[in-house]
Amino acid sequence: MTSKRDKQVLGQKLLAAFRDAGAVEIAPDILLPAESLLDLYGEDIRARAYVTADPIRGEMMLRPDFTVPVVQAHMENGAEPARYCYLGEVFRKQDMGDTRPENPRDNEYLQAGFELFSREAGADAEIFALFHRLLASYGARSETGDMGLLRDAVRGLPLPDPRRDALLHHIWRPLRFQRLLARFSTPAMARDFPEPRANWSGLRSESEMVTRIARLRADAATAPLPAIWSERLERLFAVRGPAPEALAALRELASDWSGIAPAVERIETRFAAIANAGIDPAQVVFDASHGRTTMEYYDGFTFSFLAGHPDWPPLATGGRYDALTAVLGKGRAIPAVGGIIRPGLLAELEAT
Amino acid sequence: MIRLGVPSKGRLMEQTFDWFADRGVRLSRSGSDREYAGRVEGAEDVSLVLLSAGEIPRELRAGRIELGVTGTDLVREKLAGWRSDIIELAGMGFGHADLILAVPECWRDCDTLDDLTSIARDFRATHGFRLRIATKYHRLVRAWLASHEVADYQLVDSQGATEGTVANQTAEAIADITSSGETLRANNLKILSEEPILRSQATLFANRAATGPELDRFLSLLGVNA
Repeated sequence: MTSKRDKQVLGQKLLAAFRDAGAVEIAPDILLPAESLLDLYGEDIRARAYVTADPIRGEMMLRPDFTVPVVQAHMENGAEPARYCYLGEVFRKQDMGDTRPENPRDNEYLQAGFELFSREAGADAEIFALFHRLLASYGARSETGDMGLLRDAVRGLPLPDPRRDALLHHIWRPLRFQRLLARFSTPAMARDFPEPRANWSGLRSESEMVTRIARLRADAATAPLPAIWSERLERLFAVRGPAPEALAALRELASDWSGIAPAVERIETRFAAIANAGIDPAQVVFDASHGRTTMEYYDGFTFSFLAGHPDWPPLATGGRYDALTAVLGKGRAIPAVGGIIRPGLLAELEAT
Repeated sequence: MIRLGVPSKGRLMEQTFDWFADRGVRLSRSGSDREYAGRVEGAEDVSLVLLSAGEIPRELRAGRIELGVTGTDLVREKLAGWRSDIIELAGMGFGHADLILAVPECWRDCDTLDDLTSIARDFRATHGFRLRIATKYHRLVRAWLASHEVADYQLVDSQGATEGTVANQTAEAIADITSSGETLRANNLKILSEEPILRSQATLFANRAATGPELDRFLSLLGVNA
């Protein structure tokens, strides 16, 4: 068992490396107002984060991650470009299902993080190369993805706006996405909306319902999405392999699917920059579905570094979250990319 | 000594007493109606502990009772990882109730969970906050909605009169236990067409650590397989 102190020491080393890479250290609060986190993450965060009550401030949450407070701090008083780093505990509870796990996951652990707010091209490669350099000696494997590619693929589908928006909205929820896609790919069924027996009640207004019914009636007249599109999406989601091979597969897909060509070009440019930083792309996995189930706020490049232990969480994760800065920025937005390393796991690796 | 926890009042207590009586064990409250002490006839070394049904899961896990009668809904909601501590011995055939999702009857465009998901998305865009579902079964409802990949909602706590929250505009939908659906209809609510989140009934549970010859003897007397 590695002591907390050893983990701290390792965390400080990472922090020093982040500072050397030009980052300013910041120390966000541990107790955060629950409201903005709940609004952003929804009920899922309630199952994972510790919520407590303050008699004056209301519902507070023990910091479940750093991204939100760091973005908030930057949007309030940061200048651009900005590089931030931090080290501290995050707290996550594990709501087990019917059976108690034999080895429960840590419910508090350190994160050392680096966030880069910048409009410069090459920010993705910069942060990936930095993490790669810090983790290379631990034998970590790296996997990457790009949510922007998937979003472009969906945006380019020949669908009326409401259908396209629904698919984009659920892109992080594969089951729901698949159900919608299956429905859009078959002839729509006309539907009855029988008159209610009850009077109106509740906050949702009758006009909201009328609007939705009109949308559903219009939707029923929509021709099904030709099968080629769900086939293409399926092939795209399945692209996975060492980056050069995955890129070849993407190029082939893009040759008769112009909607994804710009995204594929972006990914190629990124890997060229990664290669320029001295990393062999053949050693980096590109997985088109990477980040689709676990990383809701990422909307561009995503990455994770994995240890050899299959039951361990990733040693490090990160990605681009441009849309999040717009949500938290109250009208302002800035491209942002960042990631965290778990010093505790590195300390365990060093001890064995 | 086997300590048997039984709901302390109402129909649930009476039906539990009947269930044991059918198996040759007579349970009764000793003394007056107001006294929560009990008597067991027809079995050796068994004592009766009368408790609120809602406390029985906790008492079972803590090992303060070896056997307990309570609803499957309460065990699953209140005890995370319950199977590690507790054995489900026998459904008792009464106290049936389903945990369901219900929405206002007037929502002509809402029959399924897919509808509710789409309405929740619209609602959030229109009102600037997530559609509220009132419930006291937070863990069960959240886990079920997560497994169906429903987003754009929030749970609000309601420990009683949950059916009234929609008319009072403190929630847009509810997740609650119902047996006949009558209270829902009276409050102008309708149940979504999905399978219930959980089908619950009164069930005999044992603390896992209490298993042994003494418990086996009592269970075989009742005709229950451990």
